[in-house]
Amino acid sequence: MKNRSLVSINDYTKAEYLKILDLAEEFEKNPKQNLLEKFVVATLFFEPSTRTRLSFESAASQLGAKVIGFSDATSSSVSKGETLKDTILTVANYSDIIVMRHPKEGSARFASEVSKVPVINAGDGGNQHPTQCLLDLYSIRKTQGKLDDLHIAFVGDLKYGRTVHSLVMALCNFNTTFHLVSPVELKLPSYVKMHIKKNNLNYFQYTELPDIMETADIIYMTRIQRERFSDPIEYEKVKNSYILTAGMLTNCKPNMRILHPLPRVNEITEDVDSTEQAYYFTQALNGVYVRQALLATILGAK
Amino acid sequence: MESNSRKELVVSAIENGTVIDHIPAKSVFRVVKMLKLDSTDGQVTIGFNLESKKFGKKGIIKASNQFFENRDANKIALIAPSATLITIKNYEVVGKQQVEIPETIEQFVKCVNPNCITNSQQITTRFLVIDKADLKLQCHYCEKITGKNNIEIL
Repeated sequence: MKNRSLVSINDYTKAEYLKILDLAEEFEKNPKQNLLEKFVVATLFFEPSTRTRLSFESAASQLGAKVIGFSDATSSSVSKGETLKDTILTVANYSDIIVMRHPKEGSARFASEVSKVPVINAGDGGNQHPTQCLLDLYSIRKTQGKLDDLHIAFVGDLKYGRTVHSLVMALCNFNTTFHLVSPVELKLPSYVKMHIKKNNLNYFQYTELPDIMETADIIYMTRIQRERFSDPIEYEKVKNSYILTAGMLTNCKPNMRILHPLPRVNEITEDVDSTEQAYYFTQALNGVYVRQALLATILGAK
Repeated sequence: MESNSRKELVVSAIENGTVIDHIPAKSVFRVVKMLKLDSTDGQVTIGFNLESKKFGKKGIIKASNQFFENRDANKIALIAPSATLITIKNYEVVGKQQVEIPETIEQFVKCVNPNCITNSQQITTRFLVIDKADLKLQCHYCEKITGKNNIEIL
């Protein structure tokens, strides 16, 4: 894994996921170590992000690395019309590893091919967001004590949510039973379901959120965006059907935990935040440890 | 024997060059465009909606003094998988080749995804052919699938 770019969750094998998760556990116990003091980490964010960029920068800083980069394409040469290739070739001269978010799909794969230093994809349009996927796996294992044989429910926009696609594919390695809750318009695309079928795993589809409350070990919530609907009336019909409230949690399994890639809008009401089931803010914190594990592994410090 | 000589009359023979036969009739002009035969100075004979036992209607292209490399032959496979490439020298058939869909495709197909990086910057497209029978190409960059009905040749 040393010096290898991480572009898509499929770039790693199951054994490699587990290696990162184990290392992340070590960092959780001891997050401040001077492992990367000789390294420069470049964070290139061609579109804004709060959690991903800050957690990468926090991860790098806590391990002693220097962080350079930009958080907005308008403050870089991109605004002068520089191509992605030129930006990457330049920044690769100044850094040991590049963390990149870009609005165009496939940009991370392209960057990894032109760059002489490894590239970590921090989100390429609607395509891949592998570090989110790894921190989701970490959060699932942490709350359930295992990754195998779980009932995992995905709720909301399963069509466009890139975090859902990557996580479903990764979970296909762990004998997961999938419970998919979404409006008909936003069902999980067939190319993702293909992975579930290929692995002979079970999946069930629902249109009502209460249907899964008693079976799920994990409920992975996502935001339904108005702009995804061609017919605004359809949006009005479904927009309130996928809101999780504290009152709905009475019959859930005691080990059940709620995850959300964040930001949330109204799909989880605030009264859920104080319940034992709410895990989404800890999930965001786990992102720091997982990213420390990735930086340390790819830079060869661990 | 008689039917053979009648066929010869429909599209005349060439001395040297390539005959592309068994093109589905509806694809014949796309093949012409793909091989840039619409901008060549050489002589090109195009047969459209010819009778065919196999297809009902077929297309045929005869390009004098033009010879195609494998890469070009494979291009044709994307829109006319049934096509046969026949090389002619001195009125004699010297080679016959069934076109074949390759495992990977570079350069000449456009990714169907408008948000793909290859559609906004100067990047050579690359695809993995994930289904040859029901043609499906997966973009090496954005990972989206371009199906047979969306294939646009660059």
